[in-house]
Amino acid sequence: MNAASAEATRTTHTIEGVEVSVLRGGSGPPLLFLHGSDAFAEWQPFMAELARRYDVIVPDHPGFGRSATPPWLDTIGDLAHFYRAFIEAFDLHDVIVAGHGIGGWVAVELALRDTRELRALVLVDAAGLPLSVDGVDTFMCSPEEIRAASYLDIRRAPAPDDVLRAHQAKNALMTARLAWQPRFYDPQLAKWLHRLRLPTLVVWGDGDAIFPPRQAAAFAAAIGGARTLVIPDAGHHPHVEAPQAFAAGVGAFIDGVRS
Amino acid sequence: MKFIAFHLMPYADLDLSYTERYDSAWVTLPNSYYDPVKGHALYNRYIDELEYADRLGFDGIGINEHHQNAYGLMPTPGVIAGALARRTKGTIAVLGRALPLVNNPLVIAEEFSMIDNITGGRLIAGFVRGIGAEYHSWNMNPAFSHERFGEAHDLIVRAWTETGPFHWRSKHYDFRYVNTWPRPYQQPHPPIWIPSQGSRETIVWAAAAERKYTYLQTYSPVAAVKRFLDLYREEAQKAGYTATPEQLGWMTPVYVGETDASARAEAKSHIEAFANKFLRMKAEMVRPPGYLSLASAKAVLEAKAGRAAEHTVDSLMESGQFICGSAATVRDRLAGYEDMLGLGNFLALLQFGTLPHDATMRNIERFARDVIPQLRARAPQAAALNTR
Repeated sequence: MNAASAEATRTTHTIEGVEVSVLRGGSGPPLLFLHGSDAFAEWQPFMAELARRYDVIVPDHPGFGRSATPPWLDTIGDLAHFYRAFIEAFDLHDVIVAGHGIGGWVAVELALRDTRELRALVLVDAAGLPLSVDGVDTFMCSPEEIRAASYLDIRRAPAPDDVLRAHQAKNALMTARLAWQPRFYDPQLAKWLHRLRLPTLVVWGDGDAIFPPRQAAAFAAAIGGARTLVIPDAGHHPHVEAPQAFAAGVGAFIDGVRS
Repeated sequence: MKFIAFHLMPYADLDLSYTERYDSAWVTLPNSYYDPVKGHALYNRYIDELEYADRLGFDGIGINEHHQNAYGLMPTPGVIAGALARRTKGTIAVLGRALPLVNNPLVIAEEFSMIDNITGGRLIAGFVRGIGAEYHSWNMNPAFSHERFGEAHDLIVRAWTETGPFHWRSKHYDFRYVNTWPRPYQQPHPPIWIPSQGSRETIVWAAAAERKYTYLQTYSPVAAVKRFLDLYREEAQKAGYTATPEQLGWMTPVYVGETDASARAEAKSHIEAFANKFLRMKAEMVRPPGYLSLASAKAVLEAKAGRAAEHTVDSLMESGQFICGSAATVRDRLAGYEDMLGLGNFLALLQFGTLPHDATMRNIERFARDVIPQLRARAPQAAALNTR
C-alpha cells in the first residue's frame, strides 16, 4: 500500500466483511484514534506527536474515506460493535481509545459495551450528548463553510486536496446516516454514562463553534472522575490546531493512569 | 394528452426583500413573514382558481405537499383535497405525499382512501420523497430516504389491497395491526404517480414491470426532461415492455397572454420571483447528504455546473422551464414538446410566484379555451414517439 509518510504505513484489512484502511505509526502502548466526520487523508502532525510514545492506529471508519461501506452500517452502535471486532482482529490489549466528534461518540458506546481490552478513553470535542446550545449546523453548510466553522485559524487545517475532496460526499452521507436524527446524540446515552468505569480525559477546543465548549462540562459531569483539558486558541479540531498541546495533554493524562 | 391544472399555493404576499436578510424562502425564513389574514385570503383564492380550472374542462387539478416555506402552503394536501372534493368533477391529483417523512405511512394510506371514497374514485395518488429541504424541516434522516420510500410504498399498497389485519415488519416500520379503514374506492387501488426531479433510482423503480407507475418530471429544463423520460422508456424496454405516453408526464409553469409580447411583460416579474425568490435554496438545503445516492449526487453536480444563479424570464423560456406567449405560441410549443417528449400528461402551473388572482384566472381561461381543445384534437406525431 501507499506509504503515508516515513513514520507511518497505510494498510488494508478485512474485518466483519469490510475492507478498512488503516494508518499506523509509532511504538509503545496502542492508541486507537477514531476520527470524526472526515477520515484523514494522510498522517497528521498530532499523530506524529503521539507516535513518539504510542503505537498510533487510525482507521478510516467503515463507510468513510478509503474504507468500504458495509450494508449493516446504520448507527453509531454498529461502529462500536465493529471496533470490538477491530481490537480483537488487531490483537490489541490495554488500548487507549481516543475519539473526535462522532468518533468520540463511538468510543463511548464502545466503552459502555466492553472495557476488557481498554485502558483509557480520550474524548475530543465529542458528539453523543445533546447540545445545550446549538452550534453551526454542518448539514446546512458547504464543505468550505464547514472548514471555516471548524478551525479558529483555517491555515492550520489540512489542505483540501483531491483525496479529501473525493471523499467529501461519502463522508457527509455516512455522517448524516449516523447522526442526522437525533442530531449528533443518543438520548439513551446520558442515562448510562455514569456506568463508564474507565479513566477518561475530555479534551475540548475553547473556540469550538460546532459543539460549543460547554459540552466538555456535560461529558465530565456525566462520567465519574473524568478529567478535562480545554485547549486554548483551537476550534473543533484542537488536535489538529494544537498538536503539541494535545499530545502533551494526552501523555500527561495517560501517565497518571495505572495500567 | 391529458391536462391537469397544478397549484403550489405559494405565499404570494411574500415580502420579496427577505433576501436582504435571509438566504432562502425555505426552512429558516422566519414565519413572522407569514400573515394569517393574508393566508386566509390566499387559500380561498387558490381553491377558487382550482375549482375554476375544473369547471373549464381540465382533466383534473393537481396539488402537492411542502413544509415550512413560502413556496407551497400545503403541508397536509389532504386538507385541500377535501376542500376541493365536493365542488369538482374531474381528477384530483395529489402529487404527492412525501412518504419517507412520516413515521407511520398508514396515515397516507388512510388519507388517500378517504379522498378516493369521498370523490368516488377521482383520486390520483402521488408518492414522492419530498424536496431535500424538507429533510431539514422535518429533521428526517435523508440517508434513509430511499429505504423508507420503498418500504412505505410497499406497506401502503399492501394495506390497500390485502384484507387486514396483518402484521407488517420491515427495517423502518413495524405495525402489529394493519387494517386500513376506509379501503380505497378504486380497485385494486388508486392510480399511483411518481413525481420526481430526476433521481435515477426513482425512475428505474417507477418503470419496473411490476409497477409501471406514471412518472412525472417536475419543473426542469426541457433537455433534462427529455433525458429523464428517455431513461424511463429505456428501463421499460429493459423490463420487456414499451412505455406508453400515459406513463409519462411533465409539470411546468405556463402563461398564456393575448400576444407573445404582452404575455412576457405580464408574467416577467412573477416568474422571476418564482425562480429566484420562492425557489431560493442553497445546495446543501436542496440536496442534504444521502438524499441522492453517491452516483446520482455526482451526476446532479455535473448537470448543474455552470448554471446561472439568477434566472430571467428569457432564460427560463429558452430552457423550456417556462412556457409563455400567445395561445398560438403556447399551443405550438406544447405540441412540439408532446412529440419530442412522448408525453401523455401535462401539468400546467398556471399560478406561480406572485402572479395575482385576476391574471391567474385569465391564464386558466385562455389555457382551457385556446390551448387544451386544439391539442386534444391533434394526433401526436407517432414517428417522433418512436425515436428511442
